[in-house]
Amino acid sequence: MYVAVKGGERAIENAHTLLADTRRGDRSVPELSLAQIDNQLALGVDRVMCEGSLYDRELAALAIKQARGDMIEAIFLLRAYRTTLPRFGASEPIETSRMDIRRRISATFKDLPGGQVLGPTFDYTHRLLDHTLVQESAVAPPATAPTDDTPFRSVAELLGDNGLIEREAPKGGDVGDLTREPLSFPAARDLRLQNLARGDEGFLLALGYSTQRGYGRNHPFAGEIRFGEVEVEFFAEEIGFAVPLGTIALTECQMVNQFTGAGNEAPRFTRGYGFAFGQCERKAMAMALVDRALRARELGEETGAPAQDEEFVLSHSDNVQATGFVEHLKLPHYVDFQAELDLLRKLQAEFFARDGGTETPMQDAAE
Amino acid sequence: MTAPAYNFAYLDEQTKRMIRRAILKAIAIPGYQVPFASREMPMPYGWGTGGVQVTASILGPDDVLKVIDQGSDDTTNAVSIRKFFVKTAGVRTTTATADATVIQTRHRVPETPLAEGQVLVYQVPIPEPLRFLEPRETETRRMHALSEYGLMHVKLYEDIARHGHIATAYAYPVKVDERYVMDPSPIPKFDNPKLNDCAALQLFGAGREKRIYAIPPYTQVVSLDFEDHPFEPYRHDACCELCGATDSYLDEVITDDSGTRMFVCSDSDYCETRRAMGHQAPSAGLETKTAS
Repeated sequence: MYVAVKGGERAIENAHTLLADTRRGDRSVPELSLAQIDNQLALGVDRVMCEGSLYDRELAALAIKQARGDMIEAIFLLRAYRTTLPRFGASEPIETSRMDIRRRISATFKDLPGGQVLGPTFDYTHRLLDHTLVQESAVAPPATAPTDDTPFRSVAELLGDNGLIEREAPKGGDVGDLTREPLSFPAARDLRLQNLARGDEGFLLALGYSTQRGYGRNHPFAGEIRFGEVEVEFFAEEIGFAVPLGTIALTECQMVNQFTGAGNEAPRFTRGYGFAFGQCERKAMAMALVDRALRARELGEETGAPAQDEEFVLSHSDNVQATGFVEHLKLPHYVDFQAELDLLRKLQAEFFARDGGTETPMQDAAE
Repeated sequence: MTAPAYNFAYLDEQTKRMIRRAILKAIAIPGYQVPFASREMPMPYGWGTGGVQVTASILGPDDVLKVIDQGSDDTTNAVSIRKFFVKTAGVRTTTATADATVIQTRHRVPETPLAEGQVLVYQVPIPEPLRFLEPRETETRRMHALSEYGLMHVKLYEDIARHGHIATAYAYPVKVDERYVMDPSPIPKFDNPKLNDCAALQLFGAGREKRIYAIPPYTQVVSLDFEDHPFEPYRHDACCELCGATDSYLDEVITDDSGTRMFVCSDSDYCETRRAMGHQAPSAGLETKTAS
């Protein structure tokens, strides 16, 4: 009997037990440790921290393990945990020009103070499966070199010295937080950037790509991409000065984009900004393209491309929201379906009564 | 890494206060969608996070909670949400509509008339009734502000021109207190009349879309229509094959692979109560093996 099926509660519990069993898999295979995930799937951990907007490697590794490697599920787990944490304020702005650099490249200058530092990158690797990794592999220790005290000034700063790129004076006052206040449109740039930083890598990648293919082109140059560690400071009211909380690893991308000037403003390069926790270079670059595209209206450019549409981009970038709503179609909808079914039957009955039931495919084709 | 200890009904008190402020504003402006800082809940967006946050904010230790989905207490997501509140708030739960002080629902209004003191919390996927006519929030908010609802009437008119009927079977738009056009959430239009002049407080929570709206008790709620095409609360012309009810909304169930169908109450509590009182289908004995 299908009607009033009882036992939903037990079915759910059994499904969850089965899930746990499937997650663990073959018991003769050693169980993953969080340290293994953190160390050897580090870029996955980075992505989960970034889109989960919570900087905690251990929790991100736990989320990946619990989610069986499903990244959006892991991001969701971390977000749901993040909600429960108290918020006691915003840190001081981090100073990325004082980053402890592990990688810094510029596509706009052949050489620059501090030099090009490739760091750990897939770039220039030949994408050939390395069969030596099938087994435990012996890995040579990395090369090292002494460092000097040359500061890694950012390309945007260097261009700014000559007035070749727009200045960006930080706005004072409180920083917006879209997890504490509902987003409304038009959104200020701080909220736009927060939304993009939490946004789905794939979505931003596709949007950024679309601007390159002509849907809102903004002539980008990768002025600089840097990855490394920066110190985070928090202004403590009680003692009256900023105290360091620790360091975080992050990726920053400064795109340099064209701008021909408007009215009585001199022509200057404009900027698109990308930021991500950990080493998420693709994400940071895509974000910078989309950030710049979203500034089209402010800069008096033609608008209309998807990546320039603030409401469209910001409303659909969040993969936790997106996956929830797409997957909610799995939930029962039989009440609304029944209503549609009844209406459709009524309309069909009227249709056939009107046409005397003479509808044939031939007639349709002839019209 | 320590296991987190959660507050009563999961949300922290600051968040509850923020949501209660939104609810109070919503009650003060019936049918108006109040933005609120929806939290990320431990269940997916689109699965009732708005309703859950509203319920969590109004629930007290003495409340008795009922959770239904598609009219039934035993559908998987209703079970899951009920368990969530049993676990995080430890409140008493019930399946009896009359015994509940708070009822969270998805897609239905219970058949048993609601009473004063009860709160019906709807889960809402898309709170904006104008969304599918105009996708931009900036535009629709302006249209609400100016009571500019011509577009909606044009849509309903076009339905009539094309189909001879208003082709909206669920989430049928209503006007609340002669001011705001409101989406009643995807309830079948059969349920729309129950919203009008209802003794209970009705709260609507949309988590993903970050909106809360409300219908205070005894508020006028009118389903949009035309003089020559009046609103009709459609229901399948049959009676429940379990309890014989002729006034309840019916689910159609396919009972074998040759397509045999039967119609039964979608409101499982209503159906069970009637059967307990001795009601049965006119054709009793043919199809009515006892459930559970």
